Amino acid sequence: MGFLDIANVTKSYGNVEVLHKVDISVAEGEFLVLVGPSGCGKSTLLNMIAGLEGITSGEIAIKGRAMNGVHPSKRNIAMVFQSYALYPNMTVGQNITFGLEMHGTPKPEREAAMKKVAAMLQIDKLLDRKPGQLSGGQRQRVAMGRALVRNPDVFLFDEPLSNLDAKLRVDMRTEIKKLHQSLKTTIVYVTHDQIEAMTLSTRIAVMNKGYVQQLGTPKEIYDTPANIFVATFMGSPAMNIVPARVVMQDGAPHAEVRDASGGVQRLRFSQQNLAGWQGREIALGIRPEAITDPEGADRKSGNIQTLTNLVGVTEPAGSDTFVTMALSGKDVIGRMRADAAVVAGQTFEFAVNMEKAVAFDPATEERIAP
Amino acid sequence: MARSTAIDMRTRLQEWIPKIVLAPSVATTLIFVYGFILFTVYLSFTNSKILPTYGWVGWHNYWRLFQLPMWSVALENLAIFASLYIAICIAIGLGLAIFLDQKIRGEGMLRPIFLYPMALSFIVTGTAWKWLLDPGIGIEHTLHLWGWTSFHFTWIKDSNYAIYCVVLAAVWQTSGFVMAMFLAGLRGIDNEILKAAQMDGASNWNLYRRIIIPQLRPAFLSAFVILAHLAIKSYDLVVALTGGGPGWATQLPATFMYSYTFTRNEMGVGASSAVIMLMMIAAIMIPYLYAELKEPK
Amino acid sequence: MSAATPGNAVSTGRFTRVLIYVTLLIFALFYLLPLAVMLLNSVKPLSEITGGNMMALPKVWTIKPWLEAWSTAQIGVQPTGLRPYFINSIEIVVPAVVISTVLGALNGYVLTKWRFRGAQVLFGLMLFSCFIPFQIVLIPMARVLGLLGLAGTVPGLILVHVVYGIGFTTLYFRNYYAAFPTELVRAAQIDGAGFFRIFWRILLPLSGPIIVVSVIWQFTNIWNDFLFGSSFAGQASQPITVALNNLVQSSTGVKAYNVHFAGAIYAALPTLVVYIVSGRFFVRGLMAGSVKG
Repeated sequence: MGFLDIANVTKSYGNVEVLHKVDISVAEGEFLVLVGPSGCGKSTLLNMIAGLEGITSGEIAIKGRAMNGVHPSKRNIAMVFQSYALYPNMTVGQNITFGLEMHGTPKPEREAAMKKVAAMLQIDKLLDRKPGQLSGGQRQRVAMGRALVRNPDVFLFDEPLSNLDAKLRVDMRTEIKKLHQSLKTTIVYVTHDQIEAMTLSTRIAVMNKGYVQQLGTPKEIYDTPANIFVATFMGSPAMNIVPARVVMQDGAPHAEVRDASGGVQRLRFSQQNLAGWQGREIALGIRPEAITDPEGADRKSGNIQTLTNLVGVTEPAGSDTFVTMALSGKDVIGRMRADAAVVAGQTFEFAVNMEKAVAFDPATEERIAP
Repeated sequence: MARSTAIDMRTRLQEWIPKIVLAPSVATTLIFVYGFILFTVYLSFTNSKILPTYGWVGWHNYWRLFQLPMWSVALENLAIFASLYIAICIAIGLGLAIFLDQKIRGEGMLRPIFLYPMALSFIVTGTAWKWLLDPGIGIEHTLHLWGWTSFHFTWIKDSNYAIYCVVLAAVWQTSGFVMAMFLAGLRGIDNEILKAAQMDGASNWNLYRRIIIPQLRPAFLSAFVILAHLAIKSYDLVVALTGGGPGWATQLPATFMYSYTFTRNEMGVGASSAVIMLMMIAAIMIPYLYAELKEPK
Repeated sequence: MSAATPGNAVSTGRFTRVLIYVTLLIFALFYLLPLAVMLLNSVKPLSEITGGNMMALPKVWTIKPWLEAWSTAQIGVQPTGLRPYFINSIEIVVPAVVISTVLGALNGYVLTKWRFRGAQVLFGLMLFSCFIPFQIVLIPMARVLGLLGLAGTVPGLILVHVVYGIGFTTLYFRNYYAAFPTELVRAAQIDGAGFFRIFWRILLPLSGPIIVVSVIWQFTNIWNDFLFGSSFAGQASQPITVALNNLVQSSTGVKAYNVHFAGAIYAALPTLVVYIVSGRFFVRGLMAGSVKG
């Protein structure tokens, strides 16, 4: 049993079930990120943990105590909202201590707790201001201060960074991570941004259409996605998915693909368990960083295959150059070193790291290898 | 781990409080509005005279209503009044709004002047215009004194023209409000679209005709709905300005209903005329409110 | 092209601008004329009105019509002036405005922040009630006021105005509160505040502008009401609009136009003052009543 248990939880509005049998157990001190496209049910699940939405069936328990039907204020949780939800008529200090006031904490204690949190978040100079006079980043800090001051069992974050500009978002991301590392609190964090999910979490639950598609560490999710949805949702640019046929050659399974000019090329798999798929169609998944120029290939990989293909478009991005090419009728993106000699319209020998390749069943879209 | 925690009382109570708070308003609305409507509809099928009675007469009151010459006059007047009132208010309102939108010096002075009649009671408006339109002392008299002795303006005494006097006073009262609606619409139009149109070589005339006015559609719709509903409900103004006369010349359904119900003691007929008025309003307001309230998704 | 950049990026020539200014001024005169004429003639002796020019300045200035309209003019059967009716209007308007605004604020809060199934339908029903022709409720209302023992009384009129006013006040507060993120209420819930505490501590302190809008709208509407006043008021509870109409329409004796004008201005004064003092909110109220906020 974990610190926060979500057991068999479903949510329906009328006859429409929007969350289907969600089962997640979170250990103390874990940073769980719920990630998925909008409408996947991640915010609904977070609101159910908070007690802001009812649970249709199943159970949510914190520290072994069932929370079904318990008022949000009695769950010992704190929440940071997307809009920050700072009370506009109160000062920063009043915002931070409002929850303590509602719970009947005496004033001297409130002041002390507020000072401590304000110092930690470096907002001590803003305590007398109103939220309207703060910048986005400052509001974000106040919202976190309001959550921290309660010293809750579980922190809930609902897309807290999505209203910040790109640079500030990166800074605050680091800050939240630091805070988690120093306070060792249990956090459930909702986002639609897969980079936030990868960088912040100790574990990720990828959600789509009300189902948890995969629950695992960032590395598990990235390297061995459970299905095509997870594979393409996590990572940027997205994983390339190409139709391929499994053929046996020299006793090893190969992926047979067609290059831009229609010629057949074979890439040897590292995974032997694909032998059973001989002669059948699969969906081959290759991340852009596994398609490189030969000099840029991963030296530690035991299985670099060569693919000769026509270069479609090149997009220099400073640190890397992205190349688009046609493979089995799909646009495929590869990631070259910045000074790789790729020229649009010419053929080039690409290095494909097949150790990182993933194969999916095209019918069920589930992963079959590795 | 059993379902040990029963739903705690506070949460339960919190769920009910909002409904309890809303209940009195909902109850009064259901009784005083919808209950009363049903009651009036019922009365319109009874032989009520001076007091409500419950002898069922079917469609008799409606049949009688549409036989009554005074009701035909009221409907005819409403048609004339409503169409002129709506058209003139929209024309003046749109014109003034467009003019005011040309970065006019003194806009801050002019806008309140155009709009203040809306703050007045129709009784006050009626009193003022009744006198201005009175040939013996009002505008006609003044122009005569100023030497334009051939000037004739006796509409308010003329049963063929008196209804236009009602239009005039009503336009005076509400056209400024329509101006404010259009002005808000104009101020909401993206300036970059106008700049783009000017680069495309559109003249001012074409700019308004082809680009700006079509974008005011929501304001046109709102203005039409509000004015139409005001027209159907018009009562006070007629009472104060003409008292429904000369003769029946300015009777409207609202004055008809009042006089049949309370002075002629034909409550059944009065009720049926009120039902017809409600149906006219509903035909305009229900689609409008439905569209406005539909969840934007 | 002219140097001045018009606010709307449309540029106009000099001739057009002159035309625009002239038109605007003519309309300003049109809107001001009735009020100006009433004011001018309310300080003239009656003989100057009937015998003279309505546009002329008074030869003799007098405040007698104003005094007469206020305290001695014949209204109905009694020579009381408009004063008692003015007081009736205040007695009706103040409680009706307060009650309908409070209910509207609470309704708007529930309808936006504590949504439940069917809330939208209930709001639709309340909203439609603002627009019904009140003729449809006159007969049963008269009966019910009689049954409640409120026929012809000030409390009866207060009840009527509250009932048919909450639709609008609810609309105002609903649209205003809809702009506040629901997360605000959720944050307060997690902080441990209940229904009334959230309203009192968080929403109400932010509601200043919309309270002004609601109060002004209700004040103007109820003060200017004639239909309910003439249908349900007794001799002792008539509002000023009804009294003014009686004064002006009375067929006995010589028509004292100057007294009528002074009376009309008394009746118009409170709403005019409100309009002049807070026109911005008045316009907002008008717009909110017609276009979704």
